[in-house]
This record gives sequence, C-alpha cells and structure tokens, in this order.
Amino acid sequence: MRSTTPKDDVAAAMHLVDYRNVAGLKQVPTRNGFGEGLIEAGAHNSNVVGICADLSESTRMEGFKKAYPDRYFEIGVSEQMLVALAGGLAACGKIPWIASYAMFNPGRSWEQVRTIMALNETNVKIAGAHAGVSVGPDGATHQAIEDIAIMRVIPHMLVVVPCDSVQTKKATLALSEMRGPTYLRFAREKSPVVSTEATPFEIGRAQVLRDGSDAAIVACGILVYNALVAADELAEEDGIECRVVNNHTIKPMDAAAILDAATTCGTLVTVEEHQIRGGMGSAVAEILASTYPVPIEFVGVDDRFGQSGDPIELIEYYGMGTRSIKEAVRRAVKRKLGPYREGPSEAPG
Amino acid sequence: MALSPERVTELKLRANDVRQGIVRALLSAGSGHSAGPLDMSDVFAAFYFHILRHDQKNPDWPKRDRLLLSCGHIAPVRYSAMAYAGYFPVDELLTLRKLGTRLQGHPERVRLPGTETTSGPLGEGLAQGVGMALAAKTDGQGWRVYVVTSDAEHQCGLHWEAMLTAAKFKLDNLICIVDRNLIQIDGSTEDVMPLEPFADKYRAFNWEVLECDGNDIVAFIDTIERAQQVKGKPSVIIAHTVPGKGVSYMEGDYTWHGKPPNAEQAGEALNELEAERARILAHA
Repeated sequence: MRSTTPKDDVAAAMHLVDYRNVAGLKQVPTRNGFGEGLIEAGAHNSNVVGICADLSESTRMEGFKKAYPDRYFEIGVSEQMLVALAGGLAACGKIPWIASYAMFNPGRSWEQVRTIMALNETNVKIAGAHAGVSVGPDGATHQAIEDIAIMRVIPHMLVVVPCDSVQTKKATLALSEMRGPTYLRFAREKSPVVSTEATPFEIGRAQVLRDGSDAAIVACGILVYNALVAADELAEEDGIECRVVNNHTIKPMDAAAILDAATTCGTLVTVEEHQIRGGMGSAVAEILASTYPVPIEFVGVDDRFGQSGDPIELIEYYGMGTRSIKEAVRRAVKRKLGPYREGPSEAPG
Repeated sequence: MALSPERVTELKLRANDVRQGIVRALLSAGSGHSAGPLDMSDVFAAFYFHILRHDQKNPDWPKRDRLLLSCGHIAPVRYSAMAYAGYFPVDELLTLRKLGTRLQGHPERVRLPGTETTSGPLGEGLAQGVGMALAAKTDGQGWRVYVVTSDAEHQCGLHWEAMLTAAKFKLDNLICIVDRNLIQIDGSTEDVMPLEPFADKYRAFNWEVLECDGNDIVAFIDTIERAQQVKGKPSVIIAHTVPGKGVSYMEGDYTWHGKPPNAEQAGEALNELEAERARILAHA
C-alpha cells in the first residue's frame, strides 16, 4: 500500500480520481463534456443558442439541438458564416456557441474571428472540436495543431483547453457566463477522466495536481494525464519529484502559478498536443523570459504535420507520450543543475 | 406613400450635406475612398432622414432598425450622414482617420455606437445581418435589418454563404442593398471578376430582386417600401449608381475608388456641390 506523501495530499485536495488505478479509470472524450455542459448552459440561460456547421453529432452539439430545437441553427458547411452569423446574433443579446472542427473554425474562419468576434467584442463562444493529432485516422487535414497559436495572439480572446470531459463541462458552463469572445478547445478520442465534480475549477486559475520541487510539468488538455503518469514514473525511476500544473487557461494565463512553479522547481517542461511554436509552452516562455528565466523543455509537435494513425500511437510518434515527457524532464533537470556543463539544449527548429 | 415636394427637396438637401461632409472629411484625412461614399450619399440620406426607425440620442435603443455597412471602406458616407442626423457634431468629421478618432478608416462599433458592427474586411456584413434578422425573428421583434454592400464584395465567398442562409430562414425582415457602381480598385467589376448576370444569381438563391437608380432618392425610397412588403424571403435592391456622383471630375472614373481629393480638387468639388444646392432650392 502506497504511503501518504505530500503529493498525495495535493491530489486529495484537488479531489482527483485515483488516476494510478489504470483499470478503474473512466475513458470519456472531452467533447462529451462540451455536449453536456452546453445543454446545462441552455437550461440556465434562454439566450444561449447553438449553431453548427454540419457536425452536430461529432461535436456533441446534438444534445442541445434535441433539447432546444428553437435555439439551434444548422447552417451547413460554412465556417466563416458560423462566426459571422453568431456575431449578428450576439449583437442582439444572444450567447451563441458555434461548433465545428478546430481545423475549420477557427482554422478557416480566422479573419472573421479576429474582426467580428474580437475587434468587435461580441459575446461569441467557439467550440473547437477534434483538436490535436489524437483525431487519429482522418489525418493531417483534420488535425488542428496550430489553433492555440492563432487564437491566443488575438486581443480580447480567451483560450481554454480543459484536461478531461468533466473539466470541459465546467469550462463550457463557465465560459457561457462570461461576457466576450472565447475559444474552447477539446478532442475527439476517449481520454482518462482525472478530475471529479468536486475538483475546483476557475477560468484563469491553473491547478497544481501533484507537487514536487525538482521540475514542473506544465500541461494542458488530454496530455495532463500523461504528465501525471510521467511524474509518478520519474519519482520511481529517477527519484525526481515533479510538480504537475494543469494550465487549462492559455489566455489569460495564470502568470503567478507559472512563476511559482519556476521559482520552486527551477525548471519547467511544457506539454501540449499542439505545435511547439506559438502554443501554450511559448506563452509560458514569454512569461518567464521577462520575469524569472529558467530552463524550459517543450513537449509538443515539432514543426511537422500529423498523419493518419491510431490516436495513442500518434501521440507517441509525435513525441508527446509519457516516455517523451520523462526524457524532457531529465533534460530539464540536467540543465537546471549545470547549464554550462551540459551545454545548451537542442533548440526547437 | 408618395413623398411631398417639400420632403423631396429636404432629402435632396440632406444628400447634398452628406456629400459636402464627405469631401471635407476626406480632405482633412488625406487618405480614404471618394467614389463609393459619394455615390451612396442619396441612399444614406434616405436611410438616416426617412427610412430608419432610430434614435440618434440613444443609438443602442433595442427596437431600432439595424443598418449595417458591409463595405466599410465607404465609411465617410455613413459618418457624414450620422453627423448630420445628430449622432455627433459635424465638425468631428474632420477627425476622420486621425489618431484617437472615433471615425476610424474602417468603422468600429466599439468606438462609435450606432455603427452596429465593425467592417472593412469585405463580404462579411450580410452574414452578420442574417444573424441579427434571425435574432429578431426568434424574439418576435418587428425591427428590420438593412445591409449596404458593394458590388465587388460579391466576389467574396462568405457573402454567398449568407445569401443561402438568409433564404433558408426566410428572412423577410432583411433587405440587402447593393451599390452597383461597376468599379473596384483594379478596374471594372466585369473585367476583374464578372458578376453578371447579377440579378439572376440572387433570384437563383431564392431572393426577391428589385432594382433602381441609387442616385434617385425618391426611386430608392419607393423601392425600399416595395421590398418591405415582400413576405417569406429576403430582398435585395440593386441600386445602380454613378461612382463619384455629384463631383463631375470623379463621376464614372474608377481611379477615384481609393483616393481623396487634394485641396484644390476639394474646393472644386465643394463649389459644384454648392451650385447643386442652389439648383435644388431654385426648383423647390
């Protein structure tokens, strides 16, 4: 039986499930959390409307469509229209959630998102489904791995990437209550549910899910689970104790939590199912470079496109599995202990 | 309803005001578009001084009609009409395109209440108007949505997505106005990317099509009133206009699409517009 340690206290305080019990883990796609959250948001507020571009089942907007047919608008395969129509509805007091694959919205509709949602400050909520290489067999055309970068660069835009289906539901509800343009990113494939209804969640407040002071793993999305597993294995294999931060709000980022991780641990590894360039890790680096520079290793897609394959196989292939995270932590700790002795880390690109 | 001769004279004078405001604003700015704003002055005078249900002292009045300017580059015509309609002082037109102004080169709703949206990137206005018209229908509201578009922005794909969507939802509270002036930056629309048969395209998308002389303020108001009677589908008014209308040396010359007059040219334009004003009064 595992003895109680400070890191277990953190997990208990966060009301996490026993994620070490692999057999007992529930596997639920984060998109399901969006679907459930949207129905509940619709019940809370009659101004919530749903608009979909021919993907109501796979984005999980279908439940809302059935629950509130008078507040659901199907507009076919037209993602620019999705944003512009929502802009018009929002200008008249509606709270539109617009759903498509992240690759098409905001991928195809970026200028409309910038002008009609952000510059125009409209209360439109984007649901970006099927993000990341874990989309799987559909291949690179459908795997959005640049969306965090193109969204976080837009003024006024709020960007959230929850870690599991339970948190995605909470994020959907929280964003529905907030005024202004927002982007919620979630995935297609089933992924472990690590949080519970009791786990606190606040937009803009990162969560420490495991404590440690040798290195901090700052992760978002479904890879938070991989970060937790990697942290446990590093403790077993190397005696390296990692803090794991669920950095679900990419913008506005919880700079205090990032700074605290850097000052406590002295080195960071960022983990995201996204291009390394421009993503969550880049945002972390922007914060630390101007406050408290420490060595950072970036886990993500290294300037490549995805391809067809099995979701988990693709996450491993593109260097975002637990093995890759562990290797990144080991490099990070070495750099922290002796940046000049070890020589510079291999820079991305 | 037939307009009285006095009302027609008043509206023509208002259109003349709007044109003079445009010329002064463009001269002050030193950049901007001339031809489009001038050719849409009659349409905007008709809107702000006759057609719209609006409250210049309360631009966010929920029951107002929504007038969207999709082709944001002709913003000076909207600004000038709004100024003369009492939304803000006419002198503020001279701040056009200057640092800190509410009168941005392309209109921004957040800076200037009453503009309804932020526009400039072409082809996006009708789509937002569809959203507003849909909101009005959903909430059982009687206000209307008018969207002013350029002909060349019909080369943008999003506009056609909006045409499909407006027809699907049978938005008879939505009227699109096309400034059919036949010019764009690189030349004639029919050379750059042909739009004809233009009216047939709208008909094929299940829209009611009306056409008029967009520089005849009486004809335009009559056409709007006919469009307001259409039930079960959206309407488009193809308003045939002369680019640069009201300033003889600009009329019909596409090179005036995207440049302002210099001081001498502006003086000449204002002299012409003053002469036109005298003629309107003489015929009253």
